[in-house]
Amino acid sequence: MQHLWIIPALPLAGFLANGLLGRRLPKAAINGVAIGSVTLAFLWVLKVVASGGAPLEHYFDWIRVGDFAVGCDFVADHLTAVMLLVVTGVGLLIHIYAVGYMAHDGGYARFFAYLNLFMFFMLTLVLAANFLVMFVGWEGVGLSSYLLIGFWFLKPSATNAGNKAFIVNRIGDFGFTLAVLLVGINFGSLDFAKVFGSLGGWPAEHSVGTLTLAGLLLLLGAAGKSAQIPLYVWLPDAMEGPTPVSALIHAATMVTAGVYMVARFAPVYLKAPMAMEMVALIGLATALFAATIGLAQNDIKKVFAYSTVSQLGYMFLGVGTGAFGAGIFHLVTHAFFKALLFLGAGSVIHALGGEQDLRKMGGLRKKTPVTFWTLVCAAVSIAGIPPFAGFWSKDEILVSAYYHAPWMYWVGVVTAAMTAFYVFRAIFLAFFGEYRGDAHPHESPAVMTLPLVALAALSLGGGFFPVPRWLAPLFPLAEHHNNALVIISVAAGLAGIFLAWLFYVARPGLADATARRLGWVYQMVLRKYYVDEIYGAAVVTPVVEGAREVLWQSVDVEVIDAGVNGVGKRARALGGVLRRIQSGYIRSYAAWILMGAVMVLAALALAGGAK
Amino acid sequence: MPQSVPLAWYLALSAILFTLGVAGFLFRRNLITMFMSIELMLNAVNLSFVAFSYHFKRVDGQIFTFFVMVVAAAEAAVGLAIILTVFKNRATLHVDEVASMKN
Repeated sequence: MQHLWIIPALPLAGFLANGLLGRRLPKAAINGVAIGSVTLAFLWVLKVVASGGAPLEHYFDWIRVGDFAVGCDFVADHLTAVMLLVVTGVGLLIHIYAVGYMAHDGGYARFFAYLNLFMFFMLTLVLAANFLVMFVGWEGVGLSSYLLIGFWFLKPSATNAGNKAFIVNRIGDFGFTLAVLLVGINFGSLDFAKVFGSLGGWPAEHSVGTLTLAGLLLLLGAAGKSAQIPLYVWLPDAMEGPTPVSALIHAATMVTAGVYMVARFAPVYLKAPMAMEMVALIGLATALFAATIGLAQNDIKKVFAYSTVSQLGYMFLGVGTGAFGAGIFHLVTHAFFKALLFLGAGSVIHALGGEQDLRKMGGLRKKTPVTFWTLVCAAVSIAGIPPFAGFWSKDEILVSAYYHAPWMYWVGVVTAAMTAFYVFRAIFLAFFGEYRGDAHPHESPAVMTLPLVALAALSLGGGFFPVPRWLAPLFPLAEHHNNALVIISVAAGLAGIFLAWLFYVARPGLADATARRLGWVYQMVLRKYYVDEIYGAAVVTPVVEGAREVLWQSVDVEVIDAGVNGVGKRARALGGVLRRIQSGYIRSYAAWILMGAVMVLAALALAGGAK
Repeated sequence: MPQSVPLAWYLALSAILFTLGVAGFLFRRNLITMFMSIELMLNAVNLSFVAFSYHFKRVDGQIFTFFVMVVAAAEAAVGLAIILTVFKNRATLHVDEVASMKN
């Protein structure tokens, strides 16, 4: 017994301590609880991983109805181990960074309590050994994401973004719920091992319909959580939250839960090729679409947010083309370099006193050297320059895509060039040229720069972690190797960097001139293809207006309220008549009684007397 | 068996007494008089109970009379207490002036 339950229990204890007592604790104690709990969880994960994972651990029966039983079960196979390391490792660095970033915030204890709550649910999600426990984690990370996006709840835009994230995720979770029900009905069990084990016994012609449906419903859930088309719209808005949150939840861990889920359910997808093709298509479309939007954004966090959406698309492309190991590998390296990009952006924002607009930055290379160099490390990694981390994982995905369908590879290469372009555009705009703002930039404290340096080292060298080999017992290694394809994709990345250099360093006027020449195309990209507006007109407005006009003004006011008030009014009117009888004079009551008695007797007499 | 008074006579007497009670209750304004009228009605009913009981040679009516008497005694105790309190508070026993429930 490896006592896996300790891993999520530690952050939960931290959440309870900071959440209940945090307002009375000094900052040092809050830091100790928050970082200490995550550190201990990380050490426990290391211990578990060092012993090669853990078999299923059954703690108690959660639900038992007849033959159907769901237990509170955790398991740590190789896939879980990778996720555990990423979540606790990157999570730990971000917790440390947050100590510096949130130092002057009034909600200090609340922030770390929520962050620990998130860690608890995320670890539950990846440790789960059946659909229902996973669902608990799945919903829990959504809740903590909502709480942290709306952390500055006095800002209307932040609470709106939190609501948007939560509501859009409900659509995805609806698909996940239906998929769980479908599996439960068809397999009579929700345990991963039992469900996947009995898949082999199903004749293909019977199972393919059900499994395709289950796969598509799961994809809907994954698209919600991992911000894929058509449910990606919440992630860019989620940048309203504090930057460590963007790094931890909306770049490194929670948003990759969808990729983890598809990899976890690989046995289902392998039996449902149509659903798997859909995963690849959605991923590819999202990767390209989000990358084009990222080209023109001026908010540094928005650039990286669209980059996250795009990179998640890559991971979906990987798992959708059967390269599950490569998809998870990219998840790991992405966690390194994207967390670093966000933390670096946070460091820049911190240095400029809250400024996020790239147009008001510039020339920060000298003022914030550590941030600059670490961000460059992240950028070369995401751009896919060998031998840095992003190169290895992205390359595996692209090669797998090529052998699935060559056109997917070419779209992926174009996306890779765009990725390199927008990341280096952000860096050139922020760190080169003349300073265009009016704050007094200063380098961040060591508590913030040290995590940056650690993540920079991981972004550079993370590609040498043998993740696909470690996952080989679950997902077979790729057989394809093709140096020509690798060279092309690297060249695309270099071309993107060169273009960014040309546009924003060598000839600074060129970018604006090109934007003008492109005219409406540029406007469309800048406005994110008007997707928010289209969703607003097609979904939000009809729902809101329908609720207002039909459900509120018609059904509620005119039917329900009018009905209830009508009953009250009739009763009042009737009472108004009846109360005249209650004169308060004893003799009038007596007269009424007499009259009643006479009438009863008269009725009896007419009916022929009492029998 | 000696010639007994016919049942109808008892019932007629009972009806007369009851009507007197009702009339007294309705037309007199003094609480004590109204109270006595109620007693009169109860006793009119008792009379018909006993008469029927004798006529049909069944004991039920007699038993019922005892019940009525017990209730009447209890009612007398409570009723007189109420009347006393009313008089103490209002210094009147005129029934139409004891109408504070009205407003």
